[in-house]
Amino acid sequence: MSLKKVHDEQPKEFQFNSENLNKAQEILKKYPEKNRKSAVMPFLYLAQRQNNNWIPLAAMKYIANLLSMPYISVYEVATFYTMYNLAPVGKHFIQVCTTTPCLIRGADKIVKLCKEKISPNENEISKKGNCSWMEVECLGACVSAPMVQINNDYYEDLDEKSTNEILDSLINDKPLKPGSFRGRKNTSPESPPPNGENHA
Amino acid sequence: MLKPENKIFKNLYNTHGWEIENAIERNDWKNTKDLILKGREWIINEVKTSELRGRGGAGFSTGLKWSFAPKEVGSRPHYLVINADESEPGTCKDRDILRFEPQKLIEGCLIAGFAVNAHICYIYIRGEYFNEGQRLQEAINQAYKKNFLGKNACGSGWDFDIHIHYGAGAYICGEETALLESIEGNKGQPRLKPPFPALVGLYGCPTIVNNVETIAVVPTILRRGGKWFASIGKSKNTGTKIFCISGNVNSPCNVEEEMGIPLKELIEKHAGGVVGGWENLQAVIPGGSSMPLLSKKICDTITMDFDSLIENKSGLGTAGIVVINKDQDIVECMARIARFYKHESCGQCTPCREGAGWMWRILDRVVKRKATYSDIDLLADVTKQIEGHTICAFGEGSAWPVQGLLRHFRKEIESRCREEPLIKKRVNNPYLVDQHLLENKNA
Repeated sequence: MSLKKVHDEQPKEFQFNSENLNKAQEILKKYPEKNRKSAVMPFLYLAQRQNNNWIPLAAMKYIANLLSMPYISVYEVATFYTMYNLAPVGKHFIQVCTTTPCLIRGADKIVKLCKEKISPNENEISKKGNCSWMEVECLGACVSAPMVQINNDYYEDLDEKSTNEILDSLINDKPLKPGSFRGRKNTSPESPPPNGENHA
Repeated sequence: MLKPENKIFKNLYNTHGWEIENAIERNDWKNTKDLILKGREWIINEVKTSELRGRGGAGFSTGLKWSFAPKEVGSRPHYLVINADESEPGTCKDRDILRFEPQKLIEGCLIAGFAVNAHICYIYIRGEYFNEGQRLQEAINQAYKKNFLGKNACGSGWDFDIHIHYGAGAYICGEETALLESIEGNKGQPRLKPPFPALVGLYGCPTIVNNVETIAVVPTILRRGGKWFASIGKSKNTGTKIFCISGNVNSPCNVEEEMGIPLKELIEKHAGGVVGGWENLQAVIPGGSSMPLLSKKICDTITMDFDSLIENKSGLGTAGIVVINKDQDIVECMARIARFYKHESCGQCTPCREGAGWMWRILDRVVKRKATYSDIDLLADVTKQIEGHTICAFGEGSAWPVQGLLRHFRKEIESRCREEPLIKKRVNNPYLVDQHLLENKNA
């Protein structure tokens, strides 16, 4: 269960654009006719993508109407799941995994760099380059630790130098290519094994 | 050591390409129709012969699970649900299957769907795996194009559709009933069992929920025979398994190996050994964060399979191995895991919701050397209060790692505690347990 705060300034109205309305129709086909409610999670994602990566309350009301379900049930879902942003985030949204497997390999150094380069606090949009960062729980790429997720992409096998480069590239709005930053192929073992201290 | 010809996931690192043409070259979708035409009984029996145990953590017999689905379809349709909500810290095997071996999963879905009388399959992928989900969707589209899915899938006469449903960052949705709630469009809070999903599952219909890896190995088992699979590994712990080796090793990696391989061999052969040598090993978490850790003494001889790990009061879980060497602060590592569970508790049952926070706060005090000796017993007590008093296994999952820490590193914790009581003077704070968080002289 996560603590989430709804943003103070809310837009008055929200509607899916025509492209998303078509997508919504496609999504509804996946679920049985009488279980339209199942589409609430995909719809919230659509709303989030349409609205600069965060969900205003108006969108929840709109989705509740669309699926003929109570507004509170949509609100419940939107606040329960951590990936729905209820307040604006940066254009480059950096999620730093800090759970034990990443922590062991130096995720705290990445957090420190984010504090220095992006903003001193989590979920604050940076003055330069429209970025924001937050600590998250395990992102499921433990053998590529430490790693960060930027928007949809995974940046893996980081160390201080590569994190610096990535953050700089985001501030300059020219993101680097995602993937392993130690040049290995996906999750394969490296031969010869690199020095074990070769991480952040 | 697993022989190369016995490897099931030949494209685990994407050396041969993930697309359907490459997959067909690797013998995916070969004679799928014949396998299905041999009938339900044969499929389920073959899976039973293989002694395949679920790869999602609990290790329940897959063949047995399938046989729980009603034999005849009544008024309610059957569903197959694939659990790809891989969020256990230390585990990242399903991600590689979704990215690089999607056809194995899709073919497995068709066969499993036929075996349990399901025409519709939902694959529940964690929201963070957006790119992996897109890749899987592409692979599904390719399979539709070849008529391997859809009406009369693969010429078998069975209609079968696969839909992807994305989660949104809730660890608890890896629990099967929470996952079903999530697909239904609710908060992911687990249901009371019984009734089990096999009888009352998704939308109240019979539903079989399986892990990605379990389903992905099924086509190979049927093609090469259950006896072949059972001949690998140990009895009752058969077959191959993808191990994820992370933490303080020289070369962290995912690797497919046979069940029952010695842990030491696994780490030294595939992961380049422990950083600073084997003697520098402090502890190993053998099966994802919810399994109790093992001390070095046990690690010297332990083999990686369900039963021998249970004997040592741990478990294979998802086979996400986290290696912790002596350079790390073991209490801090476990405190971080406790924080993970505090964050991810769904909040439904009081012992788990409150207890997870208690455990984290006490461990945090130990890390900061602000705990008293009595805190250790309190911590042990809290873990016992959670374990067994919750709707789902999350309670055990959060309590066991702390119990493991207390079992193997009690001396370490004691050395950081001090005798004098934490609170010397009353302060005006309503919550006693939170007082250490206040930056005042009492703490």
